[in-house]
Amino acid sequence: MEDFFLRALGGGIGAALAAGPVGCFVVWRRMAYFGTALAHAVLLGIALGFLLDIEPTLAVFAMCLLLAGCLVLLERQRSLSVDALLGVLAHAVFAAGLVVVAFMERLRVDLIGYLFGDILSVGMVDLWLIFGTAAIVTTTLAWQWRNLLALVVNKDLAVVDGVPVERVRLLLLFLLAAVIAVGMKIVGMLLVVALVIIPAAAARRMAATPEQMAVASTAIGVVAVVAGLFGSLEWDIPAGPAIVLVASAIFVASLFIPVRGGPARNK
Amino acid sequence: MTPTPSGDAEQPMPLVEAQGVSVSFGRRNVLDAVDLKVRAGEIVTLVGLNGAGKSTLIRAILGIIRPDLGKIVRAPGLRIGYSPQHVHRDPILPMTVQRFLTLGAPAPREKLEAMLDEVGADAILDYPLAEISGGEMQRVLLARALLREPGLLVLDEPLAGVDVTSQSDLYRLIATIRDRYGCGVLLVSHDLHLVMAATDTVVCLNRHVCCTGQPQMVLRDPEFISLFGPHLSDTLAIYRHLHDHRHDALGEPLSIGSGASEGSHTSGQHP
Repeated sequence: MEDFFLRALGGGIGAALAAGPVGCFVVWRRMAYFGTALAHAVLLGIALGFLLDIEPTLAVFAMCLLLAGCLVLLERQRSLSVDALLGVLAHAVFAAGLVVVAFMERLRVDLIGYLFGDILSVGMVDLWLIFGTAAIVTTTLAWQWRNLLALVVNKDLAVVDGVPVERVRLLLLFLLAAVIAVGMKIVGMLLVVALVIIPAAAARRMAATPEQMAVASTAIGVVAVVAGLFGSLEWDIPAGPAIVLVASAIFVASLFIPVRGGPARNK
Repeated sequence: MTPTPSGDAEQPMPLVEAQGVSVSFGRRNVLDAVDLKVRAGEIVTLVGLNGAGKSTLIRAILGIIRPDLGKIVRAPGLRIGYSPQHVHRDPILPMTVQRFLTLGAPAPREKLEAMLDEVGADAILDYPLAEISGGEMQRVLLARALLREPGLLVLDEPLAGVDVTSQSDLYRLIATIRDRYGCGVLLVSHDLHLVMAATDTVVCLNRHVCCTGQPQMVLRDPEFISLFGPHLSDTLAIYRHLHDHRHDALGEPLSIGSGASEGSHTSGQHP
């Protein structure tokens, strides 16, 4: 097997390891649209990364955080719904990204790669970044698991229980931004949220506890990456969309599993 | 940060005290200079119409929102058990009742079973949280609050979704809990009948504190009467009367309510 293919496999699996558990929180906290908005910052992040000569993944991460920060601040004014705010910011930042990229001759060639991912060009630096991120994300999640879960269940109860709710919320945004920054390398900015959400959604019916769901979500992500990559090799189809299609197929199949989680109730 | 015992010295120090708390959302003033105290062993009930700011006051006292003016003083080391008015349960989160109960404070299964039994819920520990009924959820929330062994129990509409026949049981349970653990209880309720029967202090809220005091005093307060209407005030006075023998404590010379309660006294039976 070619080296580039092994690196692609490694990178994809690493991204799936980070996206699996974070995806569960995105689904539980209904942050899917929020994630999509963050992903729209990818292009501007990459362009600024080139201009300032910063590693693109880090620049994207910083840009996502910046956008998340803007959203948190804007949420405090109450005249516009969060939904509308996300729509405004996401597209404004995406348009800005497209304009900046248009000025940069060298980048324009790679535009498709950033929109749809270019997993076959994953290099050693990318691998380090991806696995480093996966390690940080999973240890942070394990460390803050209880607090995060309390936040998911009910924010007010969490406050009274002594959970530092605001900090935990920011932590989750931070982790999501990190996952998007490494995931976009694999499936591109237009599909990165799919890598986060679809495995988690598919995992729901396989799990009776939050932990089982996080593990199942990760496993589904890994299976999707491996199957998608081999499919792309076999039938010569684009790798990112192939991965997302496999995950989607698993999701559809999961709909036929009866929901787990406790005994059935006869009333 | 010690709360100052205001006034009478024999009263125990308040567990929690709101001092001149004002909250506004945008241009809407929801609470205006509200004072409230809850002492150990005391059941304080907030009454008021929709939009009177009851839940907002509770949330300020719990530290969920910050008051724009005024402050909340808590006794040092106070542990609070809270049962919110509504907890959204999303089936996307796989979680059993047992897991939900132990998120706030870890406890062995036997203790959880005993607690569910105490609040009158069935053995539903292994059921998904999203699948239990609204009334069961209220009991689970109460159990969760009690599991924290609180010094102060804060219950926002604990009767929502509970059948009418079980409501008085739940009220009796709250009084029993207060007696057994000696905790303070801060309650929000719409059900004035039961409130009047099981409360030490009523605080009638309409963005500001309209009136406050023992239930039978509040019933005769002109502000309470104008807020809830003379009819309701009369009905409650009768109800209260049947359960309270200290008639002479009602010596307030307020014309509207007293006539009716006198009438009920002569014709009514004492339990």
